[in-house]
Amino acid sequence: MSEYNLSELKSGGLMKQKKKDLFSLRLRIVGGFINASQLIKLSEIANKYGKGHVHLTTRQGVEIPNINFKDVEKVKKELGKDGLQMGACGQRVRTVTACQGRECSHGLIDCLLLARDIDKEYFGIGGHPHKFKIGITGCPNGCIKPQENDFGIMGRLRKKFIKEKCTYCGLCASVCPVNAIEVNKNSNDVVFYEDKCIGCGDCVYSCPANAWQKTQEGYSVFVGGKMGKFPKLGIKVFDFIETKERVLEIIKKSLIFYKESGIKGERFRDTLDRIGIDKYKKAVI
Amino acid sequence: MNEIKPGSVLDLRGVACPNNFVRAKLKLEEMRSGDILEIIIDDGEPIKNVPRSIKEEGHKIIKAEKINSYFSLLVEKA
Repeated sequence: MSEYNLSELKSGGLMKQKKKDLFSLRLRIVGGFINASQLIKLSEIANKYGKGHVHLTTRQGVEIPNINFKDVEKVKKELGKDGLQMGACGQRVRTVTACQGRECSHGLIDCLLLARDIDKEYFGIGGHPHKFKIGITGCPNGCIKPQENDFGIMGRLRKKFIKEKCTYCGLCASVCPVNAIEVNKNSNDVVFYEDKCIGCGDCVYSCPANAWQKTQEGYSVFVGGKMGKFPKLGIKVFDFIETKERVLEIIKKSLIFYKESGIKGERFRDTLDRIGIDKYKKAVI
Repeated sequence: MNEIKPGSVLDLRGVACPNNFVRAKLKLEEMRSGDILEIIIDDGEPIKNVPRSIKEEGHKIIKAEKINSYFSLLVEKA
């Protein structure tokens, strides 16, 4: 066990198991997307080098346990043939999680595309005080739990109301989860409380007359979420970021902020709490 | 939109998601393009899910009316 550097191995997605010489290989699965031929490859590797099973992680990843250290390079090479790469552990930007985005009937943004863009730019980057997890969810249903990530992104939309199209059926008021719409059938009146609206788009996608129409899609940003021994939910710092490019820029600046202001071993949330969320916002806007 | 008569009526009150939508979908599949189906569904979860699913399948909801705790939807098959 002495001929290899454990922390170096960890950076490449290898996790030492309790049993001597056995490692679990963590893979870089972006946004939970894995194609069918890669699944076959995983199965082959688990049978050939492991013990015939894999472990599905909470971050949509796959780990292949029980790989002997002497087989690691061979396994990596074989995985590489099907485009499978090793994941990240330790104090790094971790694999980006994402829901199915527009493949789901509620999704408002293309989560996988965004996850891949972020992954391409920031995956595995180290030198921060601690790990950095990014999660993307397609709508306010929040299935990916963006508030549990150091940096969480949520798809949102803005909409407009076209009075001439409205039939005052009241369906939008019934589907709205926050009672932001009131419809008065008798006086042909619709009242929209914009401050209550969470931008989920339920009214837009349900309206029989297309009187509610999407005008813009965008992103809410949450920071400082974490689980572990001392869980905290992320704080919404930006309600509506209009472009993907701006989101990427905020991530970039957040990582710089974390690197420069964080103390070694401190999670992003603890840095934010210590320095102040307003200072953070100023640094990234 | 004066008095459009539905060709058939499907009362889905008390039918839970996604069975209510599946039953509507099967019924619509039996019909011809342009035919009208009246669907009666409960307020709450069904009204949150069924109309948007019908729209996603390309059908047109030509009328929606709230009657007490349920909705009547007139759907024109695509």
